[in-house]
Amino acid sequence: MSLTIEDISFTYETGTAMQVTALDHISAEIPDNQFIGLIGHTGSGKSTLVQMLNGLLKPTSGRILYKGADIHADNFDRKNLRAKVGLVFQYPEHQLFEADVISDVMFGPKNLGLSQEECQRRAHAALRSVGMDKKFYEKSPFDLSGGEKRRVAIAGVLAMHPEILILDEPTAGLDPRGRDEILGLISEMKNRMNMTIILVSHSMDDVAEYVDRIMVMNRSHLVYDDTPARVFTHYRELEEMGLSAPQVTYIMQYLKEQGLPVSTEIFTLEEAAAEILAHRRELHV
Amino acid sequence: MFKSITLGQYYQTDSILHRLDPRVKLSATLLYIVALFVVNSFPGYLFAGIFLVCMIRLSHVPFSYMVRGMKAILFLLLLTMTFNLFLTPGEPLVQFWKLTITREGLSTAIMMAVRLSFLVIGSSLMTLTTTPTQLTDAMEAMMNPFKRIHMPVHEIAMMMSIALRFIPILMEETDKIMKAQMARGADFDSKNLMKKIQSMIPLLVPLFVSAFRRANDLAMAMEARCYRGGEGRTKMKPLVYQGRDRIAYVILFAFFAACIAFRATSHMVPFPLGALS
Repeated sequence: MSLTIEDISFTYETGTAMQVTALDHISAEIPDNQFIGLIGHTGSGKSTLVQMLNGLLKPTSGRILYKGADIHADNFDRKNLRAKVGLVFQYPEHQLFEADVISDVMFGPKNLGLSQEECQRRAHAALRSVGMDKKFYEKSPFDLSGGEKRRVAIAGVLAMHPEILILDEPTAGLDPRGRDEILGLISEMKNRMNMTIILVSHSMDDVAEYVDRIMVMNRSHLVYDDTPARVFTHYRELEEMGLSAPQVTYIMQYLKEQGLPVSTEIFTLEEAAAEILAHRRELHV
Repeated sequence: MFKSITLGQYYQTDSILHRLDPRVKLSATLLYIVALFVVNSFPGYLFAGIFLVCMIRLSHVPFSYMVRGMKAILFLLLLTMTFNLFLTPGEPLVQFWKLTITREGLSTAIMMAVRLSFLVIGSSLMTLTTTPTQLTDAMEAMMNPFKRIHMPVHEIAMMMSIALRFIPILMEETDKIMKAQMARGADFDSKNLMKKIQSMIPLLVPLFVSAFRRANDLAMAMEARCYRGGEGRTKMKPLVYQGRDRIAYVILFAFFAACIAFRATSHMVPFPLGALS
Protein backbone atom coordinates (compact mmCIF):
# COMPACT_ATOMS: atom_id res chain seq x y z
CA MET A 1 0.00 0.00 0.00
CA SER A 2 1.66 3.22 -1.13
CA LEU A 3 -0.72 5.99 -0.22
CA THR A 4 -3.64 5.96 2.12
CA ILE A 5 -6.14 8.79 2.16
CA GLU A 6 -7.85 8.81 5.51
CA ASP A 7 -11.06 10.80 5.73
CA ILE A 8 -9.66 14.08 4.44
CA SER A 9 -11.56 17.34 4.03
CA PHE A 10 -10.34 20.63 2.66
CA THR A 11 -11.79 24.12 2.78
CA TYR A 12 -10.46 27.13 0.86
CA GLU A 13 -10.56 30.57 2.53
CA THR A 14 -11.88 29.24 5.82
CA GLY A 15 -13.81 31.82 7.80
CA THR A 16 -14.56 34.27 4.99
CA ALA A 17 -17.52 34.88 2.75
CA MET A 18 -15.66 33.05 -0.02
CA GLN A 19 -15.38 29.81 1.96
CA VAL A 20 -15.51 26.81 -0.33
CA THR A 21 -15.39 23.15 0.63
CA ALA A 22 -13.31 21.46 -2.01
CA LEU A 23 -13.08 18.01 -0.44
CA ASP A 24 -15.60 16.47 1.89
CA HIS A 25 -14.49 13.43 3.91
CA ILE A 26 -12.66 11.41 1.31
CA SER A 27 -11.01 8.07 1.94
CA ALA A 28 -9.21 5.87 -0.56
CA GLU A 29 -6.23 3.59 -1.02
CA ILE A 30 -3.67 4.06 -3.77
CA PRO A 31 -1.80 0.73 -4.15
CA ASP A 32 1.36 0.00 -6.12
CA ASN A 33 1.25 -0.60 -9.83
CA GLN A 34 -2.30 0.39 -10.66
CA PHE A 35 -3.69 2.61 -13.39
CA ILE A 36 -6.34 4.87 -11.92
CA GLY A 37 -8.61 7.36 -13.65
CA LEU A 38 -9.79 10.24 -11.49
CA ILE A 39 -12.83 11.74 -13.14
CA GLY A 40 -14.91 14.74 -12.24
CA HIS A 41 -16.52 17.82 -13.64
CA THR A 42 -14.72 21.18 -13.43
CA GLY A 43 -14.72 22.28 -9.78
CA SER A 44 -15.49 18.81 -8.41
CA GLY A 45 -12.33 18.89 -6.28
CA LYS A 46 -10.16 16.49 -8.29
CA SER A 47 -7.27 18.93 -8.73
CA THR A 48 -7.37 19.74 -5.02
CA LEU A 49 -7.27 16.05 -4.19
CA VAL A 50 -4.16 15.36 -6.26
CA GLN A 51 -2.34 18.31 -4.69
CA MET A 52 -3.00 16.67 -1.34
CA LEU A 53 -1.25 13.49 -2.42
CA ASN A 54 2.24 15.02 -2.64
CA GLY A 55 1.79 17.35 0.29
CA LEU A 56 1.42 20.64 -1.62
CA LEU A 57 -1.84 21.27 0.20
CA LYS A 58 -2.53 20.27 3.74
CA PRO A 59 -5.97 18.81 4.50
CA THR A 60 -8.13 20.81 6.89
CA SER A 61 -8.94 17.51 8.60
CA GLY A 62 -7.94 13.90 8.08
CA ARG A 63 -4.57 12.33 7.26
CA ILE A 64 -2.60 11.13 4.28
CA LEU A 65 -0.23 8.25 4.88
CA TYR A 66 2.71 7.32 2.69
CA LYS A 67 3.80 3.76 3.47
CA GLY A 68 2.11 4.17 6.83
CA ALA A 69 3.71 7.50 7.81
CA ASP A 70 1.69 10.71 8.11
CA ILE A 71 3.04 13.06 5.43
CA HIS A 72 2.33 16.15 7.53
CA ALA A 73 4.20 14.91 10.58
CA ASP A 74 7.03 17.26 11.59
CA ASN A 75 9.84 14.82 10.85
CA PHE A 76 8.46 13.67 7.50
CA ASP A 77 10.64 14.38 4.46
CA ARG A 78 8.16 16.06 2.12
CA LYS A 79 10.79 16.86 -0.49
CA ASN A 80 11.48 13.16 -0.88
CA LEU A 81 7.73 12.52 -1.05
CA ARG A 82 7.47 14.91 -3.98
CA ALA A 83 10.02 12.79 -5.81
CA LYS A 84 8.10 9.61 -5.01
CA VAL A 85 4.72 11.08 -5.88
CA GLY A 86 5.33 12.94 -9.13
CA LEU A 87 2.68 15.47 -10.04
CA VAL A 88 2.32 16.83 -13.56
CA PHE A 89 0.09 19.88 -13.42
CA GLN A 90 -2.45 21.02 -15.96
CA TYR A 91 -0.70 22.75 -18.88
CA PRO A 92 2.70 21.63 -17.55
CA GLU A 93 4.42 23.35 -20.48
CA HIS A 94 3.84 26.65 -18.66
CA GLN A 95 6.41 25.72 -16.06
CA LEU A 96 9.35 25.32 -18.46
CA PHE A 97 12.03 27.92 -17.79
CA GLU A 98 15.51 26.70 -18.69
CA ALA A 99 17.57 27.72 -21.71
CA ASP A 100 17.48 24.23 -23.21
CA VAL A 101 15.35 21.12 -22.95
CA ILE A 102 17.90 18.94 -21.22
CA SER A 103 18.59 21.40 -18.38
CA ASP A 104 14.88 21.80 -17.79
CA VAL A 105 14.41 18.05 -17.38
CA MET A 106 17.46 17.97 -15.09
CA PHE A 107 15.91 20.55 -12.75
CA GLY A 108 14.00 17.93 -10.72
CA PRO A 109 16.87 15.44 -10.26
CA LYS A 110 19.21 18.33 -9.39
CA ASN A 111 16.87 19.40 -6.61
CA LEU A 112 17.14 15.88 -5.23
CA GLY A 113 20.88 16.51 -4.80
CA LEU A 114 22.02 13.95 -7.38
CA SER A 115 25.35 14.19 -9.21
CA GLN A 116 25.60 15.93 -12.59
CA GLU A 117 26.16 12.59 -14.38
CA GLU A 118 23.22 10.92 -12.68
CA CYS A 119 20.99 13.92 -13.47
CA GLN A 120 22.04 13.75 -17.09
CA ARG A 121 21.52 10.01 -17.26
CA ARG A 122 18.03 10.32 -15.81
CA ALA A 123 17.14 13.24 -18.08
CA HIS A 124 18.20 11.31 -21.18
CA ALA A 125 16.20 8.27 -20.07
CA ALA A 126 13.13 10.37 -19.26
CA LEU A 127 13.25 12.22 -22.58
CA ARG A 128 13.65 8.94 -24.41
CA SER A 129 10.64 7.45 -22.66
CA VAL A 130 8.43 10.38 -23.73
CA GLY A 131 9.68 9.94 -27.27
CA MET A 132 11.80 13.06 -27.53
CA ASP A 133 14.71 12.70 -29.92
CA LYS A 134 18.32 13.66 -29.12
CA LYS A 135 18.15 16.53 -31.61
CA PHE A 136 15.77 18.38 -29.23
CA TYR A 137 18.10 18.28 -26.20
CA GLU A 138 19.92 21.54 -26.93
CA LYS A 139 16.87 23.41 -28.21
CA SER A 140 15.11 26.09 -26.22
CA PRO A 141 11.89 24.66 -24.76
CA PHE A 142 10.09 27.81 -25.96
CA ASP A 143 10.80 26.88 -29.60
CA LEU A 144 8.98 23.54 -29.37
CA SER A 145 5.40 22.83 -30.42
CA GLY A 146 2.64 22.54 -27.79
CA GLY A 147 2.66 18.73 -27.73
CA GLU A 148 6.47 18.58 -27.58
CA LYS A 149 6.60 21.08 -24.72
CA ARG A 150 4.13 18.99 -22.81
CA ARG A 151 6.18 15.84 -23.31
CA VAL A 152 9.30 17.65 -22.08
CA ALA A 153 7.40 18.81 -18.99
CA ILE A 154 6.23 15.25 -18.29
CA ALA A 155 9.82 14.07 -18.71
CA GLY A 156 10.79 16.68 -16.10
CA VAL A 157 8.69 14.84 -13.54
CA LEU A 158 9.58 11.35 -14.78
CA ALA A 159 13.28 12.10 -14.29
CA MET A 160 12.64 12.18 -10.55
CA HIS A 161 11.73 8.46 -10.76
CA PRO A 162 8.34 8.64 -9.07
CA GLU A 163 6.56 5.54 -7.75
CA ILE A 164 3.24 7.24 -8.32
CA LEU A 165 2.78 9.53 -11.30
CA ILE A 166 -0.19 11.88 -11.24
CA LEU A 167 -1.17 13.66 -14.44
CA ASP A 168 -3.72 16.45 -14.12
CA GLU A 169 -5.64 16.73 -17.40
CA PRO A 170 -2.64 15.82 -19.55
CA THR A 171 -4.67 16.10 -22.76
CA ALA A 172 -6.18 19.55 -22.11
CA GLY A 173 -5.84 21.83 -25.11
CA LEU A 174 -4.34 19.20 -27.42
CA ASP A 175 -5.77 18.20 -30.79
CA PRO A 176 -7.09 14.61 -31.18
CA ARG A 177 -3.76 13.42 -32.49
CA GLY A 178 -1.78 15.01 -29.64
CA ARG A 179 -4.31 13.55 -27.22
CA ASP A 180 -3.89 10.01 -28.55
CA GLU A 181 -0.11 10.40 -28.51
CA ILE A 182 -0.01 11.49 -24.89
CA LEU A 183 -2.49 8.85 -23.74
CA GLY A 184 -0.65 6.14 -25.66
CA LEU A 185 2.59 7.31 -24.11
CA ILE A 186 1.14 7.15 -20.61
CA SER A 187 -0.23 3.64 -20.95
CA GLU A 188 3.04 2.49 -22.47
CA MET A 189 4.96 3.98 -19.53
CA LYS A 190 2.60 2.20 -17.17
CA ASN A 191 3.39 -1.15 -18.76
CA ARG A 192 7.12 -0.56 -18.87
CA MET A 193 7.88 1.08 -15.56
CA ASN A 194 5.61 -0.65 -13.05
CA MET A 195 4.35 2.48 -11.42
CA THR A 196 0.99 3.63 -10.26
CA ILE A 197 -0.49 6.24 -12.55
CA ILE A 198 -3.36 8.50 -11.66
CA LEU A 199 -4.86 10.13 -14.70
CA VAL A 200 -7.08 13.10 -13.90
CA SER A 201 -9.64 13.96 -16.53
CA HIS A 202 -13.18 15.12 -17.09
CA SER A 203 -13.62 12.83 -20.05
CA MET A 204 -14.48 9.16 -19.67
CA ASP A 205 -13.44 8.56 -23.27
CA ASP A 206 -9.90 9.56 -22.29
CA VAL A 207 -9.51 7.01 -19.55
CA ALA A 208 -11.91 4.13 -20.20
CA GLU A 209 -9.56 2.36 -22.58
CA TYR A 210 -6.58 2.25 -20.28
CA VAL A 211 -7.39 2.27 -16.59
CA ASP A 212 -7.91 -0.51 -14.04
CA ARG A 213 -9.95 1.60 -11.70
CA ILE A 214 -12.04 4.74 -11.87
CA MET A 215 -12.62 7.22 -9.07
CA VAL A 216 -15.46 9.65 -9.71
CA MET A 217 -15.57 12.99 -7.90
CA ASN A 218 -18.70 15.09 -7.73
CA ARG A 219 -19.19 18.25 -5.67
CA SER A 220 -16.24 17.52 -3.37
CA HIS A 221 -17.37 13.93 -2.72
CA LEU A 222 -15.87 10.71 -3.96
CA VAL A 223 -18.99 9.06 -5.37
CA TYR A 224 -17.70 5.97 -7.16
CA ASP A 225 -14.46 4.08 -6.76
CA ASP A 226 -14.54 0.85 -8.72
CA THR A 227 -13.61 -0.95 -11.91
CA PRO A 228 -14.61 0.86 -15.12
CA ALA A 229 -17.25 -1.78 -15.88
CA ARG A 230 -19.06 -1.25 -12.60
CA VAL A 231 -18.71 2.53 -12.65
CA PHE A 232 -20.24 2.74 -16.13
CA THR A 233 -23.33 0.82 -15.07
CA HIS A 234 -24.19 4.06 -13.26
CA TYR A 235 -24.23 5.94 -16.53
CA ARG A 236 -27.51 7.69 -15.74
CA GLU A 237 -26.14 9.05 -12.46
CA LEU A 238 -22.93 10.01 -14.25
CA GLU A 239 -24.96 12.04 -16.71
CA GLU A 240 -26.56 13.94 -13.88
CA MET A 241 -23.06 14.87 -12.72
CA GLY A 242 -22.30 16.29 -16.14
CA LEU A 243 -20.18 13.25 -16.99
CA SER A 244 -20.94 10.37 -19.27
CA ALA A 245 -19.90 6.85 -20.09
CA PRO A 246 -17.78 6.37 -23.22
CA GLN A 247 -19.76 6.83 -26.40
CA VAL A 248 -19.53 3.17 -27.42
CA THR A 249 -21.14 2.12 -24.15
CA TYR A 250 -24.21 4.09 -25.19
CA ILE A 251 -24.32 2.34 -28.53
CA MET A 252 -24.13 -1.06 -26.85
CA GLN A 253 -26.81 -0.01 -24.40
CA TYR A 254 -29.05 1.00 -27.30
CA LEU A 255 -28.43 -2.24 -29.18
CA LYS A 256 -29.37 -4.25 -26.12
CA GLU A 257 -32.55 -2.24 -25.66
CA GLN A 258 -33.38 -2.98 -29.29
CA GLY A 259 -33.14 -6.70 -28.60
CA LEU A 260 -29.57 -7.64 -29.52
CA PRO A 261 -28.16 -9.61 -26.56
CA VAL A 262 -24.76 -7.86 -26.49
CA SER A 263 -22.76 -7.09 -23.38
CA THR A 264 -22.98 -3.48 -22.22
CA GLU A 265 -19.69 -3.65 -20.32
CA ILE A 266 -17.76 -2.40 -23.29
CA PHE A 267 -15.72 0.78 -23.43
CA THR A 268 -13.53 0.68 -26.47
CA LEU A 269 -14.24 0.74 -30.16
CA GLU A 270 -12.37 -2.53 -30.79
CA GLU A 271 -14.27 -4.46 -28.11
CA ALA A 272 -17.53 -3.08 -29.42
CA ALA A 273 -16.77 -4.18 -32.96
CA ALA A 274 -15.81 -7.67 -31.82
CA GLU A 275 -18.91 -8.00 -29.67
CA ILE A 276 -21.27 -6.90 -32.43
CA LEU A 277 -19.61 -9.26 -34.92
CA ALA A 278 -19.95 -12.12 -32.44
CA HIS A 279 -23.70 -11.51 -32.39
CA ARG A 280 -24.16 -10.91 -36.09
CA ARG A 281 -26.12 -14.16 -36.56
CA GLU A 282 -28.79 -12.79 -34.31
CA LEU A 283 -29.15 -9.67 -36.40
CA HIS A 284 -32.38 -9.98 -38.31
CA VAL A 285 -31.62 -7.76 -41.22
CA MET B 1 0.84 31.90 0.34
CA PHE B 2 -0.19 34.85 -1.83
CA LYS B 3 -3.69 34.57 -0.45
CA SER B 4 -2.44 36.56 2.53
CA ILE B 5 -1.89 39.71 0.49
CA THR B 6 -5.26 41.41 0.40
CA LEU B 7 -4.07 44.79 -0.80
CA GLY B 8 -6.16 45.72 -3.80
CA GLN B 9 -8.37 42.62 -3.76
CA TYR B 10 -12.14 42.92 -3.94
CA TYR B 11 -14.08 41.31 -1.08
CA GLN B 12 -17.43 40.00 -2.28
CA THR B 13 -20.29 40.78 0.09
CA ASP B 14 -23.29 43.08 0.31
CA SER B 15 -23.07 46.30 2.30
CA ILE B 16 -23.96 49.96 1.97
CA LEU B 17 -20.33 50.70 1.12
CA HIS B 18 -20.35 48.12 -1.66
CA ARG B 19 -23.47 49.71 -3.13
CA LEU B 20 -22.18 53.31 -3.04
CA ASP B 21 -21.28 54.98 -6.31
CA PRO B 22 -17.57 54.33 -6.95
CA ARG B 23 -17.02 58.07 -7.55
CA VAL B 24 -18.08 58.71 -3.96
CA LYS B 25 -15.70 56.08 -2.67
CA LEU B 26 -12.83 57.36 -4.78
CA SER B 27 -13.32 60.95 -3.63
CA ALA B 28 -13.80 59.74 -0.08
CA THR B 29 -10.49 57.90 -0.17
CA LEU B 30 -8.64 60.87 -1.64
CA LEU B 31 -10.24 63.23 0.85
CA TYR B 32 -9.48 60.86 3.73
CA ILE B 33 -5.81 60.75 2.74
CA VAL B 34 -5.69 64.55 2.62
CA ALA B 35 -7.48 64.67 5.98
CA LEU B 36 -4.78 62.44 7.48
CA PHE B 37 -2.26 65.12 6.58
CA VAL B 38 -4.50 67.93 7.77
CA VAL B 39 -4.97 66.70 11.33
CA ASN B 40 -1.89 66.83 13.51
CA SER B 41 -3.16 66.31 17.02
CA PHE B 42 -4.04 63.32 19.15
CA PRO B 43 -7.81 64.06 19.19
CA GLY B 44 -7.65 64.58 15.44
CA TYR B 45 -6.14 61.14 14.82
CA LEU B 46 -8.52 59.58 17.30
CA PHE B 47 -11.38 61.13 15.33
CA ALA B 48 -9.98 59.89 12.01
CA GLY B 49 -9.52 56.46 13.59
CA ILE B 50 -13.09 56.30 14.85
CA PHE B 51 -14.34 57.37 11.42
CA LEU B 52 -12.30 54.58 9.82
CA VAL B 53 -13.57 51.95 12.28
CA CYS B 54 -17.16 53.03 11.57
CA MET B 55 -16.56 52.65 7.84
CA ILE B 56 -15.02 49.22 8.32
CA ARG B 57 -18.07 48.15 10.32
CA LEU B 58 -20.34 49.49 7.59
CA SER B 59 -18.42 47.60 4.91
CA HIS B 60 -19.10 44.13 6.46
CA VAL B 61 -15.53 43.18 5.53
CA PRO B 62 -13.95 41.21 8.40
CA PHE B 63 -11.46 43.33 10.33
CA SER B 64 -8.86 40.56 10.00
CA TYR B 65 -8.76 41.34 6.26
CA MET B 66 -7.56 44.89 6.95
CA VAL B 67 -4.92 43.66 9.34
CA ARG B 68 -3.75 41.06 6.82
CA GLY B 69 -3.36 43.86 4.30
CA MET B 70 -1.11 45.64 6.76
CA LYS B 71 1.39 42.77 6.62
CA ALA B 72 2.44 43.92 3.17
CA ILE B 73 3.63 47.28 4.46
CA LEU B 74 4.99 46.13 7.82
CA PHE B 75 8.57 46.50 6.66
CA LEU B 76 8.00 50.02 5.32
CA LEU B 77 6.23 50.92 8.54
CA LEU B 78 9.08 49.73 10.76
CA LEU B 79 11.67 51.44 8.57
CA THR B 80 9.85 54.78 8.71
CA MET B 81 9.42 54.49 12.44
CA THR B 82 13.07 53.65 13.06
CA PHE B 83 14.39 56.50 10.95
CA ASN B 84 12.07 59.02 12.52
CA LEU B 85 12.77 57.73 16.00
CA PHE B 86 16.54 58.12 15.81
CA LEU B 87 17.13 60.83 13.26
CA THR B 88 14.83 63.61 14.42
CA PRO B 89 16.80 66.33 16.20
CA GLY B 90 15.35 67.76 19.41
CA GLU B 91 15.15 67.31 23.14
CA PRO B 92 16.86 63.97 24.11
CA LEU B 93 14.65 61.47 25.87
CA VAL B 94 16.69 58.25 25.96
CA GLN B 95 20.35 57.89 25.00
CA PHE B 96 22.39 54.74 24.47
CA TRP B 97 25.59 54.15 22.48
CA LYS B 98 25.46 56.62 19.55
CA LEU B 99 21.70 56.62 19.28
CA THR B 100 19.45 59.23 20.73
CA ILE B 101 15.70 59.10 20.95
CA THR B 102 14.27 62.57 21.13
CA ARG B 103 10.88 63.73 22.28
CA GLU B 104 10.20 65.02 18.80
CA GLY B 105 11.50 61.78 17.28
CA LEU B 106 9.13 59.66 19.35
CA SER B 107 6.30 62.00 18.51
CA THR B 108 6.94 61.91 14.75
CA ALA B 109 7.52 58.14 14.74
CA ILE B 110 4.16 57.44 16.36
CA MET B 111 2.44 59.98 14.15
CA MET B 112 3.96 58.51 10.97
CA ALA B 113 3.01 54.98 12.00
CA VAL B 114 -0.58 55.99 12.69
CA ARG B 115 -0.79 58.02 9.50
CA LEU B 116 0.64 55.25 7.35
CA SER B 117 -1.57 52.54 8.85
CA PHE B 118 -4.71 54.63 8.44
CA LEU B 119 -3.68 55.49 4.92
CA VAL B 120 -3.24 51.86 3.92
CA ILE B 121 -6.35 50.62 5.70
CA GLY B 122 -8.38 53.50 4.30
CA SER B 123 -7.36 52.89 0.71
CA SER B 124 -7.64 49.11 0.98
CA LEU B 125 -11.16 49.67 2.29
CA MET B 126 -11.96 51.25 -1.06
CA THR B 127 -10.48 48.41 -3.13
CA LEU B 128 -12.08 45.80 -0.86
CA THR B 129 -15.54 47.26 -1.48
CA THR B 130 -15.17 48.36 -5.11
CA THR B 131 -14.61 46.11 -8.09
CA PRO B 132 -11.74 47.15 -10.36
CA THR B 133 -14.24 47.85 -13.14
CA GLN B 134 -16.23 50.24 -10.98
CA LEU B 135 -13.06 51.90 -9.83
CA THR B 136 -11.79 52.63 -13.31
CA ASP B 137 -15.26 53.79 -14.35
CA ALA B 138 -15.09 56.28 -11.52
CA MET B 139 -11.58 57.37 -12.48
CA GLU B 140 -12.57 57.86 -16.08
CA ALA B 141 -15.62 59.88 -15.06
CA MET B 142 -13.63 62.05 -12.68
CA MET B 143 -10.77 62.67 -15.07
CA ASN B 144 -13.13 63.62 -17.89
CA PRO B 145 -12.40 67.37 -17.64
CA PHE B 146 -8.76 66.66 -18.53
CA LYS B 147 -9.84 65.43 -21.95
CA ARG B 148 -9.92 69.06 -23.00
CA ILE B 149 -6.16 69.30 -22.55
CA HIS B 150 -5.79 66.15 -24.69
CA MET B 151 -5.05 63.78 -21.87
CA PRO B 152 -5.80 60.19 -23.00
CA VAL B 153 -8.27 59.66 -20.15
CA HIS B 154 -9.98 56.61 -21.57
CA GLU B 155 -6.70 54.91 -22.40
CA ILE B 156 -5.34 55.55 -18.91
CA ALA B 157 -8.52 54.16 -17.37
CA MET B 158 -8.38 51.11 -19.65
CA MET B 159 -4.75 50.44 -18.77
CA MET B 160 -5.56 50.79 -15.09
CA SER B 161 -8.46 48.39 -15.29
CA ILE B 162 -6.47 45.82 -17.21
CA ALA B 163 -3.58 46.11 -14.76
CA LEU B 164 -5.92 45.71 -11.79
CA ARG B 165 -7.76 42.84 -13.44
CA PHE B 166 -4.50 41.01 -13.92
CA ILE B 167 -3.36 41.20 -10.31
CA PRO B 168 -5.42 38.21 -9.11
CA ILE B 169 -4.74 36.30 -12.34
CA LEU B 170 -0.99 36.72 -12.01
CA MET B 171 -1.14 35.84 -8.32
CA GLU B 172 -2.98 32.65 -9.15
CA GLU B 173 -0.49 31.93 -11.89
CA THR B 174 2.41 32.52 -9.48
CA ASP B 175 0.83 30.14 -7.02
CA LYS B 176 0.39 27.51 -9.73
CA ILE B 177 3.92 27.78 -11.10
CA MET B 178 5.33 27.75 -7.59
CA LYS B 179 3.47 24.54 -6.82
CA ALA B 180 4.52 23.00 -10.11
CA GLN B 181 8.18 23.75 -9.39
CA MET B 182 7.81 22.54 -5.81
CA ALA B 183 6.47 19.29 -7.23
CA ARG B 184 9.84 19.08 -9.00
CA GLY B 185 11.64 19.56 -5.72
CA ALA B 186 12.21 23.34 -5.87
CA ASP B 187 12.74 24.99 -2.50
CA PHE B 188 11.32 28.49 -2.06
CA ASP B 189 11.83 28.76 1.70
CA SER B 190 15.62 28.86 1.64
CA LYS B 191 17.14 31.15 4.26
CA ASN B 192 20.26 31.80 2.21
CA LEU B 193 19.79 35.04 0.24
CA MET B 194 21.77 33.95 -2.85
CA LYS B 195 19.89 30.66 -2.99
CA LYS B 196 16.65 32.51 -2.54
CA ILE B 197 17.35 34.75 -5.51
CA GLN B 198 18.38 31.74 -7.59
CA SER B 199 15.24 29.88 -6.63
CA MET B 200 13.19 32.74 -8.07
CA ILE B 201 14.38 32.05 -11.64
CA PRO B 202 12.19 28.95 -12.15
CA LEU B 203 9.28 31.07 -10.93
CA LEU B 204 9.90 34.38 -12.70
CA VAL B 205 10.78 33.09 -16.18
CA PRO B 206 7.51 31.16 -16.65
CA LEU B 207 5.61 34.02 -15.03
CA PHE B 208 6.93 36.59 -17.51
CA VAL B 209 6.35 34.25 -20.41
CA SER B 210 2.76 33.74 -19.34
CA ALA B 211 2.21 37.47 -18.72
CA PHE B 212 3.31 38.24 -22.27
CA ARG B 213 1.21 35.41 -23.65
CA ARG B 214 -1.84 36.72 -21.80
CA ALA B 215 -1.21 40.28 -22.94
CA ASN B 216 -0.99 39.05 -26.51
CA ASP B 217 -4.20 37.04 -26.23
CA LEU B 218 -6.04 39.94 -24.65
CA ALA B 219 -4.93 42.39 -27.31
CA MET B 220 -6.06 39.95 -29.98
CA ALA B 221 -9.44 39.42 -28.27
CA MET B 222 -9.98 43.18 -27.95
CA GLU B 223 -9.17 43.78 -31.60
CA ALA B 224 -11.39 40.89 -32.64
CA ARG B 225 -14.24 42.75 -30.94
CA CYS B 226 -13.35 45.95 -32.79
CA TYR B 227 -11.92 47.84 -29.84
CA ARG B 228 -10.42 51.08 -31.11
CA GLY B 229 -10.14 53.34 -28.09
CA GLY B 230 -12.60 55.49 -26.23
CA GLU B 231 -14.00 57.71 -28.95
CA GLY B 232 -17.77 57.47 -29.12
CA ARG B 233 -17.83 54.57 -26.71
CA THR B 234 -20.93 54.25 -24.50
CA LYS B 235 -21.33 52.42 -21.22
CA MET B 236 -23.62 49.53 -20.44
CA LYS B 237 -23.98 50.72 -16.88
CA PRO B 238 -23.47 54.50 -16.76
CA LEU B 239 -22.76 55.88 -13.30
CA VAL B 240 -25.76 57.67 -11.80
CA TYR B 241 -25.79 59.27 -8.34
CA GLN B 242 -28.47 57.93 -5.95
CA GLY B 243 -29.87 59.42 -2.76
CA ARG B 244 -27.43 57.45 -0.62
CA ASP B 245 -24.51 58.88 -2.57
CA ARG B 246 -25.58 62.43 -1.77
CA ILE B 247 -25.88 61.55 1.92
CA ALA B 248 -22.42 60.00 1.75
CA TYR B 249 -21.00 63.21 0.27
CA VAL B 250 -22.57 65.23 3.10
CA ILE B 251 -21.05 62.93 5.74
CA LEU B 252 -17.73 63.10 3.96
CA PHE B 253 -17.58 66.88 3.87
CA ALA B 254 -18.70 67.07 7.49
CA PHE B 255 -15.83 64.74 8.36
CA PHE B 256 -13.37 66.84 6.42
CA ALA B 257 -14.62 70.06 8.00
CA ALA B 258 -14.20 68.48 11.42
CA CYS B 259 -10.63 67.55 10.53
CA ILE B 260 -9.90 71.16 9.57
CA ALA B 261 -11.42 72.27 12.87
CA PHE B 262 -9.12 69.85 14.71
CA ARG B 263 -6.16 71.34 12.88
CA ALA B 264 -7.21 74.88 13.70
CA THR B 265 -7.40 74.11 17.42
CA SER B 266 -4.38 71.82 17.53
CA HIS B 267 -1.79 74.42 18.63
CA MET B 268 -3.10 73.82 22.13
CA VAL B 269 -2.24 70.09 22.17
CA PRO B 270 0.80 69.03 20.08
CA PHE B 271 0.53 65.38 19.10
CA PRO B 272 1.08 62.96 20.75
CA LEU B 273 2.82 64.57 23.66
CA GLY B 274 -0.42 66.19 24.61
CA ALA B 275 -1.64 62.69 25.29
CA LEU B 276 1.59 61.58 26.95
CA SER B 277 2.20 64.50 29.26
